[in-house]
Amino acid sequence: MPVVKFTKALKRFFPNLQDTPANGKSLLDVLGEMDTHYPGVKSYLLDEHGQLRKHVNIFIDGNMINDRNKLNDTFTTGSEIYIIQALSGG
Amino acid sequence: MKPTLLLGTRKGLIAYRYTNGNWKVENLSFEGVPVSIAYADPRNGKWWAALDHGHWGVKLHRSNDRGATWEEVAAPAYPEGEEVKDGVPAATRYIWAMSHGGNNHTSRLWLGTDPGGLFMSEDEGNSFQLVQSLWQHPSRKTGWFGGGRDLPGIHSIVVDPRNEDHIHIGISCAGVFETHDAGKTWEVRNKGLRADFLPDPAADMGHDPHILVAAPTNPDAIWQQNHCGIFRTVDGAKNWEEVSEKEGPARFGFAMAVAEDNPDQAWVAPADSDAIRVSIKGSLCICRTDDGGKTWKQQRNGLPQENCFDIVYRHALATSGDAVVFGTTTGNLFISNDRGENWQVINNYLPMVYSVQFAE
Repeated sequence: MPVVKFTKALKRFFPNLQDTPANGKSLLDVLGEMDTHYPGVKSYLLDEHGQLRKHVNIFIDGNMINDRNKLNDTFTTGSEIYIIQALSGG
Repeated sequence: MKPTLLLGTRKGLIAYRYTNGNWKVENLSFEGVPVSIAYADPRNGKWWAALDHGHWGVKLHRSNDRGATWEEVAAPAYPEGEEVKDGVPAATRYIWAMSHGGNNHTSRLWLGTDPGGLFMSEDEGNSFQLVQSLWQHPSRKTGWFGGGRDLPGIHSIVVDPRNEDHIHIGISCAGVFETHDAGKTWEVRNKGLRADFLPDPAADMGHDPHILVAAPTNPDAIWQQNHCGIFRTVDGAKNWEEVSEKEGPARFGFAMAVAEDNPDQAWVAPADSDAIRVSIKGSLCICRTDDGGKTWKQQRNGLPQENCFDIVYRHALATSGDAVVFGTTTGNLFISNDRGENWQVINNYLPMVYSVQFAE
């Protein structure tokens, strides 16, 4: 099953974060699963309409996802889904 | 003077407490995170912090123990399908204003956001709902617009202590709205304002109040520092009158405070102009009026008078008793114990200061 990895920046708010296997078939399902493991984390990644926040990126097997609004990018059972904080500001 | 100062800054919440004649830091929370507004609810002493994470969105936290511990509550969120304008979904970008709902509505809280939403809680802030009547106001999609920010924003929520369902709000760039029924219906209150940047400066909509403040001793006397001057009303915002200085610094700025015991006494923190948002000629001054805005006095004693770029944001000037305090965009915090006649530094080298509030 795919594994979700998180940027270290999120550990400040979710200290128990770790690489987490997922069962979901879609990226949205996977993020929902992560929210059950780490309540509230989804609201750090997506806004209230489910769109990826401006300064967050998700990579699937090293490739940045294309669909930031509906999260329709696909993955396989062996995929690594990596959530990163884009750089900005000072 | 209330003995606590609560600051929202670009890099966290900072609380000071007046101890043995000095202001000492009591609490530092959310270090490194922008706190768009820090708010102490005077009814129950709860502290609130609205966070503006660059990456992780807007968040709302509450503390029952003066910042020793915090709990995150659900931030205001726009319902599915709501749009800022056609085709542009509305999502909360910034929490810009916070107010308690009065002593007769002990569970009520109000929040104002960019993109122009007013939110209400009736359960002590455990959840917030969009005030649909204002969001659906026919003027919003066509008559409100962004000023310094991309979208309109609600930065002022003025609750009338005589009737806590009676509220004025200030919106950049739309103007002043009033409700008598806790937000079910709204009236526009822009008569007498002037918007130099509009084709019609006296238009009904599109005005740019930077902050609204009511006089505690006379809630019908409301002041506003507006983009285009300083305005005052003495009839509950039915009619506004400009009280700017014609040839003096008390014109453009963001912040305003009114004396607790005198509806005719108020302070502003002038900036050079809309086009040049720095202190005027490199020096910092606060201006006070004692006569309802007929005349203004410059108060500079103890403030930097050269090589200074500080300005004061809309929520960063406050008064309590004889004390007046303000925090600046370049991280200086000044206080006066004699209504602005003399100023002292509480701290330099702070982050940019977004909000300052006196609290118990």
